[in-house]
Amino acid sequence: MAKRHFDIKAQPGFAFLAILTFAVLYLPIATLVVYAFNASDSVSIWGGFSLKWFVEAWNNSAVQDAAWRSLVIAFFAAAIATSAATMAAIATTRTEPYRGLGFKYAFINQPLMVPEIVTAVALLIVFSRLKVWTGYSGLGYLILAHTAFCIPFAYLPIRARLESMDLTLERAAADLYATPWMTFRRVTLPLLRPGIIAGFMLAFVISLDDVVITEFVKSGGQDTLPTYMLGQIRRTVTPEVNAIATAFLALSVVLVTAFFFINRQKT
Amino acid sequence: MRLGSPQTSIWVQRMPEPTGADDKRIAIEARGIVKAFGQGPSALRALDNVSVSIRENEFFTLLGPSGCGKTTLLRLIAGFEYPTEGAILLHGDDIAGLPPFKRPINTVFQSYALFPHLTVWENVAFGLQMLGKPKQEIEARVAVMLKLVHMEELAQRRTDQISGGQAQRVALARALAPSPKVLLLDEPLSALDYKLRKEMQIELKRMQNETGITFVFVTHDQEEALTMSDRIAVMSKGKVLQVGSPWDIYDKPADRFVADFIGETNFLKASVVSIDNGVARVKLASGTEIAATIAEGFQPRDNVTVVVRPEHARAVQQGGQLSGSVENVVYFGTDTHIHIKLDGGELFTVRQQNSRTQSCGFKVGDRAGIEIAPDAAQVLRD
Repeated sequence: MAKRHFDIKAQPGFAFLAILTFAVLYLPIATLVVYAFNASDSVSIWGGFSLKWFVEAWNNSAVQDAAWRSLVIAFFAAAIATSAATMAAIATTRTEPYRGLGFKYAFINQPLMVPEIVTAVALLIVFSRLKVWTGYSGLGYLILAHTAFCIPFAYLPIRARLESMDLTLERAAADLYATPWMTFRRVTLPLLRPGIIAGFMLAFVISLDDVVITEFVKSGGQDTLPTYMLGQIRRTVTPEVNAIATAFLALSVVLVTAFFFINRQKT
Repeated sequence: MRLGSPQTSIWVQRMPEPTGADDKRIAIEARGIVKAFGQGPSALRALDNVSVSIRENEFFTLLGPSGCGKTTLLRLIAGFEYPTEGAILLHGDDIAGLPPFKRPINTVFQSYALFPHLTVWENVAFGLQMLGKPKQEIEARVAVMLKLVHMEELAQRRTDQISGGQAQRVALARALAPSPKVLLLDEPLSALDYKLRKEMQIELKRMQNETGITFVFVTHDQEEALTMSDRIAVMSKGKVLQVGSPWDIYDKPADRFVADFIGETNFLKASVVSIDNGVARVKLASGTEIAATIAEGFQPRDNVTVVVRPEHARAVQQGGQLSGSVENVVYFGTDTHIHIKLDGGELFTVRQQNSRTQSCGFKVGDRAGIEIAPDAAQVLRD
């Protein structure tokens, strides 16, 4: 094999830079994970291996409560966002290009561009009014807020899938007497499924992860796992937080890996 | 010729047709079709006032180079596009405004467009299911269709586990299963290799005969069109130039484009000397006068083009209506092409069948005469 003229891996200092980058990215996380297994009460002094903080966290009713709430919010927010995103993706891809379509893309992806703190403050103001008017202060607000910022994350993989899909297939279905609804049900939707699942999972992870908007929107006693952890750190820090974070990390890794494999699937 | 009662054979035997072709019923008629893409003066007219009548049970081919509008016309018949002007009649009813799922017309797509998430069986059953046919009927019908295309054994395969030729057959079975009134085929053979293509040409003809369904076939391959079609419409730049049997199209081309597009032809500049009862004396560039068949509407002294098919001329050592010198001799196996530079300066190709024992008898630089068969020369407008 002839040598390639330019191989970035052969440049001096490349290996060093790469290792440094990975270290900066992963060493803090690795430390956090390691100290989750710490037997002592400190997050910085090693006292031997133990699973005690996992047990502690697992049995802590506040953690259970927050974790359950996180999952409920993430599930509903992701589900609603994915439905909305699917409809938006179909509306923006199964149409002749027209002026203002690019504008619509930008509109749908707005939450990616607006600083989260701005959305958070805006929602705080609107929702606090709504809470007074309606008297309702349940989880609905958090689900609604999460749905809003999850939509672009669900939208992107679904739109990508639709754009790569062969339009002739839908045409063939129509040719074979399928009404537009049946074409959607029998052809578009089954072929779109990997995109929808990927979109749902991405939205789910994003919702689980959210701190800023949740912190502003939540009513009293509506802590999610991330806001609970934030609250804990403000007081005394024990390796319990590490244990929660580690469990959280494991869940995210599983979901993102699954997302990757589903997205790679061809049909 | 639609799905019979379940007891009788699904394929109705083709009735002997009356010999007079014109009293056949019209299946599809396109009337004054205009299809413009874009708006205003910059609009592209993909179809410019196209009218064709396609008869029942006919193998009809739309033939032309890419961009001639043949696929657009097919898509208008299928319902994927709507005409800017004009009507499309199916057995006399205007269907131009109907969506594709309301037209009893099915398509075999160039890319086959098999549903990748369904099996071969499910693909073939799709149309029948959408029509809400009873389960038993669907099963019986799909079995017949799979048999027709020799795919019974692969019924449970996924469509990405079959070859291109097999995919082609499944696409055909899928489109034929609901017994459409008209089957549209959009260059379905272009993705196949030469041998498979030849086989499928014969298969398609067989299926058209067996099913008695009107086939509308789109191709840019003139040889394919000539071998398969009952009638051909030659298209160019959004217009239909000539409609006729393969024999008409090949032997009596209506204009220069058709003559040039179908087969090989020699074009000679000439002017009309005299016209007598459909036969003209024309004077060629070399000054030689020859006889050629001529249509109505020409006057003496008109500048015209005379066309002669290479196989309708013979190179001879002496005599002949034309003469020149041999420029090139190309051997083709079954025949030999002799390129002769005429004394008038034009190039003329003669095609001669090879015999096992003799060579064609000419080599480059030889003087040669050209003998044109009677009635072989035809006058076309310049």
